[in-house]
Amino acid sequence: MSIYQDQIIDHYKYPRNFISLKNPTLEYGDANPVCGDEIHLYIQLDNQEKVERIGFQGKGCAISMASASLLTELLEEMTISEMKKLTNEDIKEMLGISLTPVRLKCAILCLKVLEGAIHKFEGGEVGKSV
Amino acid sequence: MTTLDEQINKIREDFPILKRKVRNGVSLIYLDNAATTQKPKQVVDAISNYYLNVNANVHRGIHALSEEASEMYESAHKKTSDFIGANYEELIFIKNTTEGLNIVANGLKRSLHAGDEIVLTRAEHHSNLVPFIQIAKEKGIKIKYIDFIGFKDLDMSSAEAQITDKTKLLAFPHMSNVLGTITPVKELVKLAHDHGSLVLLDGAQSVPHIPLNVKDLGVDFMAFSGHKMLAPMGTGGLYGKEEHLDELDPQLFGGDMIKSVSYDDASWNVLPYKFEAGTPNVGGMVGLGEAITYLNNIGMNKVKEIEHYLTKYAMDKLSELDFIEVYGPDATKRGGVISFNVTGGKNGVFIHPHDVSTLLDEKGIAIRAGHHCAQPLMNAMNVPATSRISFYIYNSIEEIDKTIEALKEVQTVFN
Repeated sequence: MSIYQDQIIDHYKYPRNFISLKNPTLEYGDANPVCGDEIHLYIQLDNQEKVERIGFQGKGCAISMASASLLTELLEEMTISEMKKLTNEDIKEMLGISLTPVRLKCAILCLKVLEGAIHKFEGGEVGKSV
Repeated sequence: MTTLDEQINKIREDFPILKRKVRNGVSLIYLDNAATTQKPKQVVDAISNYYLNVNANVHRGIHALSEEASEMYESAHKKTSDFIGANYEELIFIKNTTEGLNIVANGLKRSLHAGDEIVLTRAEHHSNLVPFIQIAKEKGIKIKYIDFIGFKDLDMSSAEAQITDKTKLLAFPHMSNVLGTITPVKELVKLAHDHGSLVLLDGAQSVPHIPLNVKDLGVDFMAFSGHKMLAPMGTGGLYGKEEHLDELDPQLFGGDMIKSVSYDDASWNVLPYKFEAGTPNVGGMVGLGEAITYLNNIGMNKVKEIEHYLTKYAMDKLSELDFIEVYGPDATKRGGVISFNVTGGKNGVFIHPHDVSTLLDEKGIAIRAGHHCAQPLMNAMNVPATSRISFYIYNSIEEIDKTIEALKEVQTVFN
């Protein structure tokens, strides 16, 4: 089965929540140095500490962009502790395709960025944001 | 079928890997030769024979095997220096082009001072860029860059502007691994020498593909890799004019590179051993010698002819596809490297090179996608990355036709 299923192509061509937020509660960006994919994530929490608004910006291959787009939909109304529980397996399930180790890195870049955003929000040390 | 096609078919018989299936049982089409080439049976047999029947450490042993191993190693040395038109002493065995470029960069360090300048081009591979960035930072040296006209041809007027009496070293690629452009070596050498600058040529993409002679080119140093010319990985050569190699400081110290050692001091061995410290890659270099024999039997003019034939054909076919943008000069001015992007055409979506590569891979077609170790060039060209196909003597017209058909399908998947 090709990894380029309709859902992937659709989210690559028409990414959801492809915006930057002005005053996000959480934000972070990172790149995959091997292939140059870049993703910047913006999350605004409501007073229940749930995801109220979310946006992403970035550039890269269909897998990295579609994955980020799908992730923004998945995160809607999630709390930080729920977001923290997300793993590579959840990303694979969300995409519904089987990926080689190299292409898996494209898919999970958005998750790495999310983890960075949470870590930064909680006062942890993070690398320089892109 | 032309005579060239027949010759290609005959060459293909020496490369068992070209018969293998990949992924879901599809035939391999290997178009990633600028990254590394496949190896013919003759080369693998030579390495295998060395390890199975000869293996011993070289140069110091008084026994039969050591003598035979030394003879094979030296013979490979001789074949390699002959291949590029160098004297025996002027060819150092190294593990890859990167090592050679680093030996020159670091070896020159002592003679470089604040205010000196190094001139490179906009199309450097990271290996001919990062060593100089490091030295520039350390010694307060300025790096200047020669532009390309439209990312096609090297701009000689830019070269004339950048190379001055402050220039201590001009380093550039004989052929760009991204654009495919073959640079005007002799003109650049003359310009640099007129200003008293040394010249280092990155021959990684030219030595395997075109006949060349370092004396004729006039360069002071040149580095190349064996694995891009049928030989095993971990092999390569650094050429340097004797008087410059004598001046260059060695970077790796130890056995074999010394003349005499006391508890307090050491002096260096003669060339080329001054730069070949420790046990060398004897088996690998025997393979390199055999690869050179193989190429010499075909003839480097024929190698060039085959690659030009394939490149011209592929560029003509690619130019018929309105959803593809090809970078670099026309086929007469380039080697067998074609970088391109599937831009999607007028109303289509840009398809990222990694996606292009994945879709071609599903059909057994191996290409390279990414920044090709040339991130600054990608940024200057304003592309995130490119797809790249690159040929060698065993690629066929049929393989190009299949690749063109596969690219049409790539476009259809997204558009």
